[in-house]
Formats: sequence, C-alpha cells, structure tokens
Amino acid sequence: MKKGFTRLHLITSFLFLYQLAQAQSPSGSGSSNFTMLLLAIVILIAFFIIIRVSDNLVRIQAGKSGDDASLTPLPGVRDLFKKSVPTYVKGKYVALNKGHNILLEGSAKGPVVAGNAKTFAIQPPNFRGVSAIPKVEVEVGDTVKAGDHLLFDKKNPAIKYVSPVSGEVIAVNRGERRSIASVVVLADKEQQYRKLDAPNPDTCSREELVNFLLDSGGWALLRHRPFDVVANTNDLPDNIFISTFDTAPLAPDLNVVMEGRGAAFQRGLEVLGKLTKGKVWLGLDANGENPPSSIFTEAKGVAKCWFSGKHPAGNVGVQIHHIAPITTKTTAWTLGVQDVATLGALFTEGRFNAERVVALTGAELKQPKYVRTIIGANIGELLDGNFANDHVRIISGDVLSGSKTSSESYLNYHDDQVTVVEEGDQLEMFGWLLPDLSTPSASKALPGHHFPDTVYKANTNMHGEKRAFVVTGQYEELLPMDIYPQHLMKAILTNDYEKIEGLGIHELIEEDVALCEFACTSKQPLQQILREGLDMVHEQG
Amino acid sequence: MSTFLEKIKKLEPPKEKRFLHTLYDGFFTFLYVPDHTTKGPGVHILDRMDLKRTMVMVVLALQLCYVFGTYNIGHQHFVALGMHTSFMAGLHLKLAYGLIKLLPLFVVSMVVGLGIEFFYAAKKGHGIEEGYLVTGALIPLIMPPDIPLWILSLSIAFAVILGKEAFGGTGMNIVNIALLSRVFVFFAYPTTISGDQCWVAGLEYAGGKGVGETYGWAQHFFDWIFNGLGWATFGEGGRAIADAFTGATPLGLASQGWEQVTAVYSPMQMFWGVIPGSIGETSKPLIIVGALMLIATGIASWRIMLSCLVGAVFMAMAFNWWGFDAFMNVPWYYHFYMGSFWFAVAFMATDPVTASSTNTGKWIYGFSIGALGIIIRIMNPAYPEGWMLAILFMNVFAPLIDHFVVESNIKRRQKISAAAGN
Repeated sequence: MKKGFTRLHLITSFLFLYQLAQAQSPSGSGSSNFTMLLLAIVILIAFFIIIRVSDNLVRIQAGKSGDDASLTPLPGVRDLFKKSVPTYVKGKYVALNKGHNILLEGSAKGPVVAGNAKTFAIQPPNFRGVSAIPKVEVEVGDTVKAGDHLLFDKKNPAIKYVSPVSGEVIAVNRGERRSIASVVVLADKEQQYRKLDAPNPDTCSREELVNFLLDSGGWALLRHRPFDVVANTNDLPDNIFISTFDTAPLAPDLNVVMEGRGAAFQRGLEVLGKLTKGKVWLGLDANGENPPSSIFTEAKGVAKCWFSGKHPAGNVGVQIHHIAPITTKTTAWTLGVQDVATLGALFTEGRFNAERVVALTGAELKQPKYVRTIIGANIGELLDGNFANDHVRIISGDVLSGSKTSSESYLNYHDDQVTVVEEGDQLEMFGWLLPDLSTPSASKALPGHHFPDTVYKANTNMHGEKRAFVVTGQYEELLPMDIYPQHLMKAILTNDYEKIEGLGIHELIEEDVALCEFACTSKQPLQQILREGLDMVHEQG
Repeated sequence: MSTFLEKIKKLEPPKEKRFLHTLYDGFFTFLYVPDHTTKGPGVHILDRMDLKRTMVMVVLALQLCYVFGTYNIGHQHFVALGMHTSFMAGLHLKLAYGLIKLLPLFVVSMVVGLGIEFFYAAKKGHGIEEGYLVTGALIPLIMPPDIPLWILSLSIAFAVILGKEAFGGTGMNIVNIALLSRVFVFFAYPTTISGDQCWVAGLEYAGGKGVGETYGWAQHFFDWIFNGLGWATFGEGGRAIADAFTGATPLGLASQGWEQVTAVYSPMQMFWGVIPGSIGETSKPLIIVGALMLIATGIASWRIMLSCLVGAVFMAMAFNWWGFDAFMNVPWYYHFYMGSFWFAVAFMATDPVTASSTNTGKWIYGFSIGALGIIIRIMNPAYPEGWMLAILFMNVFAPLIDHFVVESNIKRRQKISAAAGN
C-alpha cells in the first residue's frame, strides 16, 4: 500500500522547486533552465514513445508467429505497475488496478457464535422476476417443516420456495396493492426437516436433477445473469460463477463463514457442474498475505481464477467480465458460497439446510460479530441489545448495495451481512469546504487520500446535493471493466435502447456500479438508473 | 451555534416566492451542507466529494493567478509611464491600482452571471448549480484589464444564456462558457481585446500619442491612506507614457521574429509574467502551480494537459522545420514563454463538461488543441493567439471524438458476442 505522498508527487514537486530555485538565482539562468526542462520532458516523451511502439510491434509480431510475447526485454506498461503475484497463486490470475476500498469501523470479529433469532421469513420481493402476488401454499397457524413448500410463482409454478425452518406460520404480511411482503415462520426449538430423496448427481440425468432442485427449494438459490433474476427452469447456462471473497465495505470474511462446511460446498459444486454446458468458475482472493481457505483453493471439478485488487474485485460480475463476459447471447448463473453449501447439503444431508453465518457489522454496534443463524432471520432478534446508538439505519447487506430495513424486518434471502450505520440527518457547517478526515472518500482532493489506511465512521448524509453529470472519467476509475458507465447511464436516461445494449448493460447489476454511485460527485442514483435500464432490456428481450 | 441557525431559518422565505426561496437556498447551502440523507434504493453512504468542493478547488487553484494579475495590472501601468519600473518598486501602488481595476471586473462577472444563474434556477425550480463559480472566477482573468464593464456584462449574459441555460444549465453546455464570453467580445468589440493598445491598463491614446489616465476617486482614496503612511502616492495622473514603451505583447512582436521579442522582453520577464497580456494568464510558474494542484487533487485531467503539451510541442517543431517565415522560425520552446498556452491548458481545456469524456478521447482532444492552437497562433495574421479558438473548436468536436471511442467499445463487445454465439 502507498503511504503518504506517492513517488509521483515527490518527483513533480522536486522538479518544480528546483526550477523555482534556479529561476531566482541572480545569474538569471532560470529561463534557460525552463527551456532545458521542457527539452528534457519532450526528449523523454519521444524516447518513451519510440521504445513503446517498437516494443509493441515486437509483441504483435511475436503473437503472430506464436512466440512467447514475454520474451521481449522490456516489461509492458501494465507490468511495470503490477503488484507482484503472491506465491500461493497458481493458474489463471487477473490483477485489477481500478477500484477503491472503503474502510469502515465495526468489522465483524470471529469466532462464530449462535444467533438468537426465533422468527424467520421468506420474502418474495427478494427474488427478482417473481410476480408481486405469488401463490402462498400455507395459512397462518399451519405447522411446517424446514424444506416444506411455502409459496410459488404462478408464472413459474415449478419453482418452489421453501421454508428455511420448521415451526408455525405466524404471519403472511402484505405490502402495497396486496403484494406478498413476507411469510413468517416461528421456529421450533427442535428443528424438523422434510425428508428429501436426492438423486445421485453422478449418475442421474440433468432433467432428474433439475426436477429435484425445483421441488426441494434448491432452484431458488440460483441467480441468472444478465438482470440478476431467478433462473429459468429451461435455462442451460454457459457458465456458473461463484466469488469466494467479498470486497464490499465490512463484508464478512468468507473463509470464516465457510469453516467446517467444506463437504457440502464441494458437493454443491459437483451438482452445479451437471447444470451448465460450460464450467463452474471460482473467483479466488489473491489480496491476502495468506492463501484463502483450502475449501476454496482445493475445490475439485471446477475452474479457478485468482483476482487481486480493490473493491469491486470481489463482485462476481467483475470476475465474470474477466473470465467469460456475458453478452446478448450468453447467460450465466451466480451463487453465493453459502448458497452452494445449502445446495450441496440437499445431497449430502438429504435436507434443506438453510444455515447462514451472518456478519453483524457497523460502527453503531457494541459488538460486531459473526452469528450462525438461518436464511431470513429476524434482524431485530439478531441485533437485540447490541446497539450503541438508537439513531441508526439498519441495512440488510453492505452499505453500498444493501437495502434499508428495520429491526421488525428480516434478513434478505441472499444476504450474509447486516450493517448498522448512523443516520446523518444533520447540517454540516461549511461541510463542502473544510478538509475533512472523518468521512470516507475515493477522491484525491481530500486529505484522506494521503492516509489510505484510515478507517472511517460513516453516516448516511448525502454530503451535498444532486447535480447533473459534470465530472467525467470518475466512474471508469472505479469499475475494473471495459465499460463506459457514464455513457451507459446517459443512454438509459435517454432510452437509447441500442446503445444501452451495446455499452454492456448485460454485464452489470446494481452492486457493480455501487462504488461509482458512492463516489459520484453529482450524487446521481446510478443503481436506480441501472435497474430501470435492466428492467427495460429484460422486458423487451 | 443553534441560535445562529435558528436566526437563519427564520429568514427563510415561503416556497411560493420562488426566486427569493432559490436565493435563500443558494446561500443556505453555501453555509451548511444540507441534512439530506440517502434514500435508496442505492448506496447508504456517500462520498464527501461534491460539486461545490470540486468547483472550489479550481477557484483555489486560480488564487495565485489572481494575486499576480492584480500586481501585474499595476506594474504594466507604471512601467508604461516610466515609473516604478523595477519589480518591487511601488508595490503598494501597483497592488492598489490592480485592485481598482480587477475588483469591478470580478464583481460584475459574479453579479451578472450568478444573477442569471439564480433566475434560471428559480424558473426551473432546482437548486443553484455551482458551475458558474468557476466560470465567474475565470472570466476576469482572461479579459484585458481595461475592458468596459458594460461589454463585460453583455458578453457574460450572452455566454451564460445562450451558451449554458439554453442547453439546460450546468453540465449540459457544448462550449466553454468563459471562452464563449471572451470570443463574444473578440468578435463583437474587437478593438477592446486585440491590437497593441488594450493590454496595459489606464492609458489613453489621442492622436497617436498615449498618456496615463487622470486618476479618479478610488486612487485618491488610496492616496489618502498612503499619504498617512508616508508612502509614494498616485498623484493626479495624466503623465505621458515613456518613449521606449510599446504596448505590444510578445506574441504581437513574434511575427517579426524572436529577436524582435527579446529586444523588448527578456525570456525571464516572459516566464515570470511581467509582460502585458490578459489579466491572469501571464505568469507561467504560478499557473503551473495551480495546474499541479488540479492534477494532484484529481480535479482536472492530466491526460488533457499532457496531450495538449505534446500537441503544441509537436506542431511548433513542425513549423520550425518548415521555417517559411520569421514566426515559424521562432524556436519551438520559446512558444511556451509567450501567450496564454499554460492558462488555457490548465484551466480552459480541462473543463470536464466540454472536454471529451472518455480517456482515449481526452488524449485526442488535448493533442488536437495543442496542435491547432499553435497553427492558429502562427498562421493567423489577424490575431496572434490561438488557444481560445482552438479550444472552442475542439469543444464542438469533443462529442464526436467520444462518439467514435464509444462506438469502438460497442464494436468490441459485438465481436465478443459474435464469437460467444458460435
């Protein structure tokens, strides 16, 4: 990590000070020194260009004749600035230079303790693509086992959404226009599981496997790209991608989360291998000094790709872009690592094991920690007595792409993190002018840039007002993909359908542009705009 | 603090009075960052960086130019009259004189421009946008010191209304507003902004003979202070200009060759900026300090600055090689001692709204400005400086450059898509 001033700062300031000193010398040789400086810069640039062009020509020629391009004596421009590859990295490796890590106070610390949630809910709005009023198969007062069907979508009746726990259905909450907001189950002390007869994935046909997953609730774990919707039943994805690390602010350490669940994870990967016509890809973390958990590094039957870089390097969308980009013609599925373990447990344990290790994070918690609970746990019960402050916002997920929720509400289906941050509804005198070291920022204009290891306590203040797009090149610095986010956003706002598709909306979902939205000088709601575009393309395509 | 806030809140006009409310809102958000929180769906925390901070960074980077511009207005005035010719002599007089000239320009620029901005903000019902703070700070620096205030007002009104508000406000304009106001003066009132007689303040030319202006109440006010301190004073003015004085700028002289320039100004003088010219553009080192600040804070694009420099060097060298007339034979590196290259590159070409928005586009855009600027400087007999026209020209082409860059991205993606489909 760079500390304080970078080398570039030092060199430029030295050159300039030297020039000033020379120019003020009594002999008046300053002007000729200025000339010499200009000359030197021009010669250097010319020299650099000649060398680079000739080197590139050699590389191109080497590529044509099939020789190893790395044989040229000069390193490529990118190689010069590349971090050294960690020794534990073997195989495909991608170094991402763009992005920004937001360091916040309140990261969860191990070990994993038991969570004390008692009520759990399945929330249909968590599954994108499911109609607002799905058919609920249970009534209030019914007792269910873990794995029993709770509801299904009338458009896609084969996909069953199952209860994560056994117990009594205590509420079917409705939202706007009678949509189903959640089906709540009060858990039994002793959990009972619906007995599942899993076919042997090594011998059975794909169709058999699919039917089993649809019925057992495993299908609801699969997320389809583009658009991040529930996978279609007749879908045959080109590849399946799983990111085994999360770089979002305060994100849980997935090595901790997956401790002791290696067998289920491995089985899950094998099952997924049967479902795709391509490969199952694992995105591995090459940022740490030590290699990630052997559950990930020694997984069998999958393709692996290592990634180093700042957030959003851990986003599966970014990883897909560098492995096999999603186009208008290709599709992919994505899962979280815990989803894979749940999927695997259907086969290893013969039951719907919806266990989730959840990171309770944020500076407003007395004790940020990991808890072992179950999908859809009640957030208030998880956080009970842990608040250090009552003027807070509770977020299911991370601060960049999570959703605002309350202590009466439930953990979203795919989330493995709860973040609690302070509400920032306070005026800040000259907040736009003073150099501020207490608020995170991706900008070089704030002093925090020179102290990259600073950990911040963030709040929800907007720190400014929404404006038209003014600054350019900002998003491109934060999104390690070959995409022009600002042009894409403008295309969405102007409904330029061809451009939206051409600029690669298929490769993005909200979490990928979340960092750009955080850093946006004009405070534009990029995730909202992107979703509008995604919905538009989804409907038309 | 809270009572202060309450007092301010009491001043808030009702929402129905739209203009007053917009005005109040503009000043209130200047004093306090509002208590708005993120609404979602979307991020829950936001960066400390906002448009106000971005804009104020540019204004801060301009401050050295303002200080030196103030001094240089006075310095040129007194040098023309053959008084206080050394750098430090009559410093207080030079600063006071510069202030008397520069302050009205700044005030008029802000009042006219922000007035229009406030009016349109109220009309459209949105907050006051900060873009004009930078534009309004730039405009006085690129004008000749003696520009009549009514011409200045007219040019700003023209630029802001037709150049910006007609396109939808900050962030929507095609061409640089500050340069648009200057180009308006250039075409509508050419004598106030070109030739040899406009660059030094406070000289009156009658029948081919120049004299210093008769000082007014402002100078007399300063005289009253300086008298009390026992310092040198302005006096009554009306003194004839020095025999050796020529109002020509280095660029005006350069068309006859570099020797003509060095006969009047030494390279050192040109480098440090004690030469006639637009108010803020003469001092190269101070502009470079500002430019480095903008680069270090990431506000302005170093790609544009660097490629402008490369383009200008390239074109100046090409003209050296051609060597058709005396101007072409001016050694390429001396082009960077003359004229407003540095100011234009640091503060005008890098305007993010009117420049190319893609990184590849920025390289092309910058290089073209650098090359075109030198072409106009050398080839245009009517007007010996090219940056204003070069930048405006490339502003118009920036969307086209972006279009091709974005198209190539789309093509690249289509290729991948086609390959994946097989």
